[in-house]
Amino acid sequence: MTWRRFFRRGQWDRDRAEELRSYLEIETDENIARGMSPEAARRVAHLKLGNTVRIREEIYRMNTISPLDTLGRDLRLAWRGMRRRPGFTLAVVLTLALGIGANTAIFSVVDGVLIKPLSYPNAGELVSVEHVAPGLKVDEFRMSPSQYFTYREESRVFQHIGLYGDGGRTITGFGEPEQARALFVTHDVLQALDVQPQLGRLFTEADLPRGGDVRGEGAASPIPLILTHAYWQRRFGGDRSVIGRRLSADSSPAEVIGVMPEGFRFLDMEPAAEVISPIVLDRSRVRLDNFGFWSLARLKPGMTVADANADIARMLPIWLNAWPIPPNSGGRQLIENFRITPAVQPLKDRVVGGVGDMLWILMGTIGIVLLIACANVANLMLVRSESRRHEFAVRTALGAGRGHIAREVLVESLVLSLIGGALGVALAYAGLKVVVATAPTTLPRVEDISLDPRAMAFAMVISLLSSLLFGALPALKHAAQQHGTALGGSARGTSASRERQRTRNSLVVVQVALALVLLVGSGLMIRTFQALLNVKAGFTATADLQTARVWVPPQQVPDLERVMRLQHEILDKIAALPGVKAAAFASAVPMEGPLRVWQNPVLVEGKTYPPDKPFPMRRMKAVSPGYFGAIGTRMIAGRDITWSDIYGRARVAVISENFAREEWGSPAAALGQHVGQPPGAAAPVWREVIGVVEDVHEDALYQPAPAMVYWPVMMENFGGPLFVMRPINLVIRTDEAGRESLLDGIRSAVWSLNPSMPVFLVRTMKDLYDESMARTSFALVMLGIAAAMALVLGIIGIYGVIAYIVAQRSREIGIRLALGAAPSELIQMFVRQGLVLASVGAGVGLLTAVALTQLMSSLLFGVERLDPPTYAGVLGVLGMAAALASYVPARRAAAVDPVETLTAE
Amino acid sequence: MPRSESPLQSETPSGTLDMLVLRVLVMGPAHGHTIAHAIERGSEDVLQIEHGSLYPALHRLENRGWIASFWGTSDNNRKAKYYRLTPTGRKQLAAQTTRWEEIVRAIGRILKPSTDQTS
Repeated sequence: MTWRRFFRRGQWDRDRAEELRSYLEIETDENIARGMSPEAARRVAHLKLGNTVRIREEIYRMNTISPLDTLGRDLRLAWRGMRRRPGFTLAVVLTLALGIGANTAIFSVVDGVLIKPLSYPNAGELVSVEHVAPGLKVDEFRMSPSQYFTYREESRVFQHIGLYGDGGRTITGFGEPEQARALFVTHDVLQALDVQPQLGRLFTEADLPRGGDVRGEGAASPIPLILTHAYWQRRFGGDRSVIGRRLSADSSPAEVIGVMPEGFRFLDMEPAAEVISPIVLDRSRVRLDNFGFWSLARLKPGMTVADANADIARMLPIWLNAWPIPPNSGGRQLIENFRITPAVQPLKDRVVGGVGDMLWILMGTIGIVLLIACANVANLMLVRSESRRHEFAVRTALGAGRGHIAREVLVESLVLSLIGGALGVALAYAGLKVVVATAPTTLPRVEDISLDPRAMAFAMVISLLSSLLFGALPALKHAAQQHGTALGGSARGTSASRERQRTRNSLVVVQVALALVLLVGSGLMIRTFQALLNVKAGFTATADLQTARVWVPPQQVPDLERVMRLQHEILDKIAALPGVKAAAFASAVPMEGPLRVWQNPVLVEGKTYPPDKPFPMRRMKAVSPGYFGAIGTRMIAGRDITWSDIYGRARVAVISENFAREEWGSPAAALGQHVGQPPGAAAPVWREVIGVVEDVHEDALYQPAPAMVYWPVMMENFGGPLFVMRPINLVIRTDEAGRESLLDGIRSAVWSLNPSMPVFLVRTMKDLYDESMARTSFALVMLGIAAAMALVLGIIGIYGVIAYIVAQRSREIGIRLALGAAPSELIQMFVRQGLVLASVGAGVGLLTAVALTQLMSSLLFGVERLDPPTYAGVLGVLGMAAALASYVPARRAAAVDPVETLTAE
Repeated sequence: MPRSESPLQSETPSGTLDMLVLRVLVMGPAHGHTIAHAIERGSEDVLQIEHGSLYPALHRLENRGWIASFWGTSDNNRKAKYYRLTPTGRKQLAAQTTRWEEIVRAIGRILKPSTDQTS
């Protein structure tokens, strides 16, 4: 009703006008009939009716929603004001657009990665079932199949619980042999995630092949496989008849039973899975141990993570006594001494991992930039309204209320910030592409990052908040202002203007302080980066190192010694390629991620180990002769493993320097000593330490180099009668690394020996190295950008204030110059004023930085939070910037013409 | 621009003018000029009103849906806007009249307490 009236009020007004006219006509007619002259009749009619304009106004107002009406007027005024001052408008809008845009972009990242639920139905019910084992010094303690069975059968909190793991599946039966990236799951994992296939069906317990191993190999029935959408498209061209198709998976028969929909992703598995293969468990053969699986579960509705932890704590003793113990182990007591404790967490937390800290720090940082931008805009508005004092005074005198003018200033702020916000969203759209492109590959859920309605709403909200922030100050100032004095003439150092100057000064102090905080933050990141670059990685010239993985299929080459000789031949062929300086292989290359890490107990001969204590865990690798030379790891003492050691099955090992020092005090003392794996059936097989190599940062530069044992690539009595690896990681040193010609050379070398060996995961060592630096460099770049923006805005702030003071005091300057002051003294005076402001700001900023950098300690490496060089450098940069920002406008003071300023007005 | 509320804008006994308008319209449709003169006469010239102030009242009553308007021709052949009472308006008039009489009675009691006691 009201709205219809509001929009139709123009029409109604015309209607009323006509009605009033009709009254006048009738009344005039009657008056004439009473004998009046036409003029008199008309005049009397008018008198009788009263003031028609007032009547129409009254009716018009009845139809008005008055705040809306005045808003419309204020908007028009604001728009006109902005168009009159394009420079001011542009400065404000751009400043805000940068601030709001940056915030919106980072919000999209934070929202996509940290806030939005995982893309599964009711994802809040999904948990990652984990344990910690304080009694066993390992980074990650995984789950055993027996735990899975116990939890599945005894739990009161889980709807579904399943095990998963990843690995490769060599798919043959059509085309080139290929190692497909595989996700291994028990059937209930997909049930827990509540996902549906696009074609075919998911696993059921009845599907599982019997009689084979955990991967289903060697079973009588075929292994059921589910393809992911991308793999189905790539290998089968999206052929719908693929369901039921027989393939060969690692030389066992397999059958495609389903295809997942396009959007399906398993947690944050990277690179994404191509096939999903069942984990096959035989309940009757499961023991307590075999802690090699990850687990996820869906909670029953209403259950919490705390409930799950309590429930697992209840079930752990049941589990410990329900299953057979591994033969020749320390018994139940050993496992009890692991002190296994539940550590269930929301599945999202596991997917997001440790990036939360970094992202929140970024969000905070960018928020600070927006604050600085708002301070800048507030300052601009104050300066601008100074020039409008006369206008406001006139309007107040004409009857405008103080609230009215304040409201107008606020509306103007609102319009400015909304335009800035709109432009900011456009910037965010562009910026987000850059962020996603430069984001570390380790940043999870990148596919969930988008500029969606939530981000738009966020941009809208921060635009409104900013307008309040920078508009409120000038608006309040106006409301409190005595306009009477302004009308009297030019304001010459009135108390009101001194007070406003104080406000502007405090704004600059705040800006400088915030800018200093950000500069310190990015300074610390630069120092972290430096520290990382100075870390001796334990390998060299990563751009010249090519890595690739080759797999020798068992059905092609069943004999293990033959596998060894084949791998040796591959090396020889590759070493003969043009430009190749060295070639070797190992079970894993550094920084490949946790999947290829071997961590097992290693004993030292002559030491006694209490039987009820877990054995000390060591990281280990199997390496071919020449591996250390190829990758650039220095031999500190002794010698490398040789081919005759390998074929002679010599019981030898190479260890890392830190291992040698820990056990024997020096690398030289370690030579000739013996290390071995703990007893399987009998006593440990001792192997002689023949060499000691420098420490290698296997995991990441910012993580300590682990103590390592390097075994030969072929050994007897190592988890079996003869140990040989089927997948090997080639390490090739050549200037040609990364070139297509080299890759072709590697492939043809491998396939000339056996065409069914897949070559995959072809990367240069530099890719891996960069990946490991990625988190730090991402944080560095982002903090750097934020700090640079803060510095520029801070400089503009100082510049603006000094320039304004100079302009305001031009009369005083003129008098001083006329009385004989040297221009350089005047310049100094203003620069000093700028520096005083900057110093106060820096002082406040230092205190803030000391407090706030605590939050970023998880990002730092090799540098103290209160690193003196960083603080000194930042103060230097800020001081110089402040001096420059004051000097430029101060020079104008010296250029003042005394005659002109004194005779002006 | 300073704004003042119209003294005739409140909802209740205010409604004096509103009520007078409604009472005039009980007799049948009329245009503004007729209503103004009828009110002036009906109140025995006690209520001397500027005829213009009638129009906001008409507008308000129309907005409330108590009266409805249509364009017609006056007795002396002029185009004029006519108003008629709607059923809602009729109900309102009854309610307001009752209320008005109550108020008049109440005012009468307050103003003439002594006569009440003596009688």
